[in-house]
Amino acid sequence: MPEEFNPKILAFLCNWCSYAGADLAGTSRIQYPPNIRVLRVPCSGRVNPQFLFKAIQVGADGVLVSGCHPGDCHYLTGNYFARRKFLIAKNLLELIGIDPGRVQFSWVSAAEGGKFAEVVKKVTDKVRTLGPNTKMVKKKLEV
Amino acid sequence: MDSVTSQIRERAKALLSEGKVDVVIGFTEGTIPFTARPVAVAHPEEVECLVWNRFCRLNLASYLRQFKDKKIGIIAKGCDTRSIAILCTEQQVNRDNIYIIGIPCEGMLSRKTLRERFGDTPEKVEIKDDIIEVTTSGKKESVPISNFLDTACRFCIHPNPVVYDEMIDDEVPIRVSQEEHYSLLREFEKKSPDERWKYFREEFSKCIRCYACREACPTCYCEECFVDSLNPKWIDKGFSESDLSIWHLTRLYHQAGRCVECGNCSAVCPVGIDFNVMTQKLSLDALQMFQYEAGMSIDEKPLLQTFKQDDYNDFVM
Repeated sequence: MPEEFNPKILAFLCNWCSYAGADLAGTSRIQYPPNIRVLRVPCSGRVNPQFLFKAIQVGADGVLVSGCHPGDCHYLTGNYFARRKFLIAKNLLELIGIDPGRVQFSWVSAAEGGKFAEVVKKVTDKVRTLGPNTKMVKKKLEV
Repeated sequence: MDSVTSQIRERAKALLSEGKVDVVIGFTEGTIPFTARPVAVAHPEEVECLVWNRFCRLNLASYLRQFKDKKIGIIAKGCDTRSIAILCTEQQVNRDNIYIIGIPCEGMLSRKTLRERFGDTPEKVEIKDDIIEVTTSGKKESVPISNFLDTACRFCIHPNPVVYDEMIDDEVPIRVSQEEHYSLLREFEKKSPDERWKYFREEFSKCIRCYACREACPTCYCEECFVDSLNPKWIDKGFSESDLSIWHLTRLYHQAGRCVECGNCSAVCPVGIDFNVMTQKLSLDALQMFQYEAGMSIDEKPLLQTFKQDDYNDFVM
């Protein structure tokens, strides 16, 4: 039987909500796929869409950005700005042919450990069905 | 000499001699066939070099920032005025220092298509209404002008100046509907992701990283471009397909809500990369998702510097 594809997913989690949500999922012993690599950022507004492009370039099969629910941002409005940026960046990526679903966004609050596990599971399943990303990836030996 | 050219000269002369402006940015006859060259005129006696024809393809707003502390008169088409509006909202230029002479535009001709058809050394080029007459090696050919319209102009929905101090000539009718405007994009979006990627990797692989697109773009004015930055180093030097894709993707992302689809980037590209699909996507997203059109007024806040609480949210889990 061929080995199941285990995608590498980079997750940008905002310090105040989603990171705490992930923490809660952990302390509550909720199981979720081990495919995400967490990067803690101060706010989802800190995530420059260029981070997404870069993540894909260096070999992430999927990217997840998660922040506080609209209205709950620790910095009041960071996630509102982020939402506009992400929508445009996502649409551009999909236009040039990156499969829809490789780049995903979610709002997870610090109290939503269960939702966090669910989001990670959904993203992992989606990226798993898409298979390894080959588009826009920089090959190691390419000069 | 046609009436627009003479009116431009007259107005430029008046503005310069009255001291209303220090310099007038406009076009003069190009030294290469099928082009008009941007020129800055600073003395009333020099205005005779100004011309207006169907080759005035470039967006003159790109030059505004070079004359920052001067009073500038600028000859502007629809797209130029929208770029100027954006530069004003982004506080790159002061509206009070700019005198905009608006000219309704009937669509400019693409040098690339003309070159492909008539070669580099035509003896004589004449435009009569909707016919272009080109004489090459003693043979005269007359072809309808619409065959050579630049792609961006072919789909233009704002040919008339949007922000201006005075307007020369009457407004021209808008030839394309909102829906037709996005037809290139609509056609392209029907393809599968793999086909789209195949198309773009081929387009981007042509890039020689001359950065002409960046230099020509009126809204690409960062003191240090991300592509030149060494710390953080966003992308490597060299010609890997991945780096080239990310360069163009990011440059276009930076134009979100600012691109006026003047088509300067595609027009100046020496290897002929076509950015029109992507710029149409940027404009369609801004319009559909945020009811925003770039450069339509100088009081509007830039798209990404503002938000609404009920912005589109369905793509977020």
